[in-house]
Amino acid sequence: MKSFFSKLLHYLPLIKGLQTGLLVATGLAGYLSARCPIFNMGTIAGLFVSLFLSISGSTVLNMWYDRDIDAKMGRTKKRPLSSGIVSDGEVLRLGLTLSLLGVGLAAAMDALYGLIIFAGLFFDVVVYTIWLKRKTCWSIVWGGISGGMPILAGRVLGLGGFDWIGIILSLGILFWIPTHILTFSMKYYDDYKAAGVPTFPSTYGFDATRAVIAISSVIAAFAMGIACWGIGMTFGYLRILIVLSAGLLTLAVATLLRPSEQVNFGLFKYASLYMLSSMILIMA
Amino acid sequence: MKISILDRVLLLITCLLAAYQIGFVIDGFSTLPMIAYTIAFGVLLVSGLLIILLGIEVLESPVVVIVATMIPLTLSLGLVWQHLESFKVLYLVFAIIGFFAILVTRSFPMPGRLPTIVLALVHGIAGMTIFLLPIFLSIQGLTRPLFSLVGIGGALIGIGGLALSFLKAGKPILSKEIILKILPVILFSMTLCFVAGFKYG
Repeated sequence: MKSFFSKLLHYLPLIKGLQTGLLVATGLAGYLSARCPIFNMGTIAGLFVSLFLSISGSTVLNMWYDRDIDAKMGRTKKRPLSSGIVSDGEVLRLGLTLSLLGVGLAAAMDALYGLIIFAGLFFDVVVYTIWLKRKTCWSIVWGGISGGMPILAGRVLGLGGFDWIGIILSLGILFWIPTHILTFSMKYYDDYKAAGVPTFPSTYGFDATRAVIAISSVIAAFAMGIACWGIGMTFGYLRILIVLSAGLLTLAVATLLRPSEQVNFGLFKYASLYMLSSMILIMA
Repeated sequence: MKISILDRVLLLITCLLAAYQIGFVIDGFSTLPMIAYTIAFGVLLVSGLLIILLGIEVLESPVVVIVATMIPLTLSLGLVWQHLESFKVLYLVFAIIGFFAILVTRSFPMPGRLPTIVLALVHGIAGMTIFLLPIFLSIQGLTRPLFSLVGIGGALIGIGGLALSFLKAGKPILSKEIILKILPVILFSMTLCFVAGFKYG
């Protein structure tokens, strides 16, 4: 029993709790945004579990595939896999099991919902991680598309089909992801360089990266605003969203005009908080 | 300087109170006061979040003087627009000119004490309006007694502003550590007074 818990503790960092939690929150927000007549706790529980399993599964598979990169980067070399605490085979089996369970449960709940969850996992693991991450800095577009899948899937599960709001919500996440990832890749520039992973800062320079962050922040905030208006969010909640979006845009502009490590990392943290707050407003 | 857990909690509650004010309390106000209060409490909300995320040192940025001006200016503009019919356009002009005057004097090199005089004048008028107008209105019976809490919030914002100004001037009356330590408490108390005053006043 003791060894089981000890093993579990080693596995926990493999699922990146905060990132997975944020993506699960987007899926729940997508579902609740539909305000559907079939709203019930059973479906919400199924949605939560299927999203948690599939997102955790894809994260574990990413870690498994990127173990050689992680071992070269100061920030990640102490992760359980790259430091050799858990074995490659175990992690691969865990990732595949979680992914299969997550996608299987999703498909059992609703075929279209399951298909979108599968697409998210496929884009993340196969297209982003295995195919493009080591070849081009533009791989983050596919990472972004994958990140936009949970909210789209949730919305589709609630509505029973696609609509423009689901697409825009998903675009909001897609354009939020560069803000999140690019600020991170600037902060850990040397790490990525050492590992040979192409990033926007190493390919196009810091100024161009800051411009991309600012533009993507504007589009993300605009998309979230349009989608929330389309959902029928109350004017009071819209005002809060506008204020939070203004904060995001101000920080993005600040990274252009007064670039510094503090502003850069502030934007990274604020972007996560912004997305979580937006999801809470959608769910409320 | 590391922010304590208690300060983080206070700041988080401050942010939630500001969000509550923006989302609920000002519903039903006319357009200009609604915009003015949204800006005032919006600046408070985003600033609170940034302090939580980046630490209290974020207040040492030169941009803070300009951004912090927006709180008293827009708050006082909302109050005047709602309660002093005959002064509302005049005050709107003052608020716009005052903001741009601070923006210009803080963005470009200026001779002598001009930036300080402009800052003191604009903050002084806005601060006294927030402090005195709600108390005057509640004493006159034109609003409910609890509206005077907005005035108390105005006094607190004045204390916070003074502390920050002294810090920026490099001649603090209290040590930097003490000023940065009491700021979360001031921000929280001030926001609580504002929200309670607007809600129950």
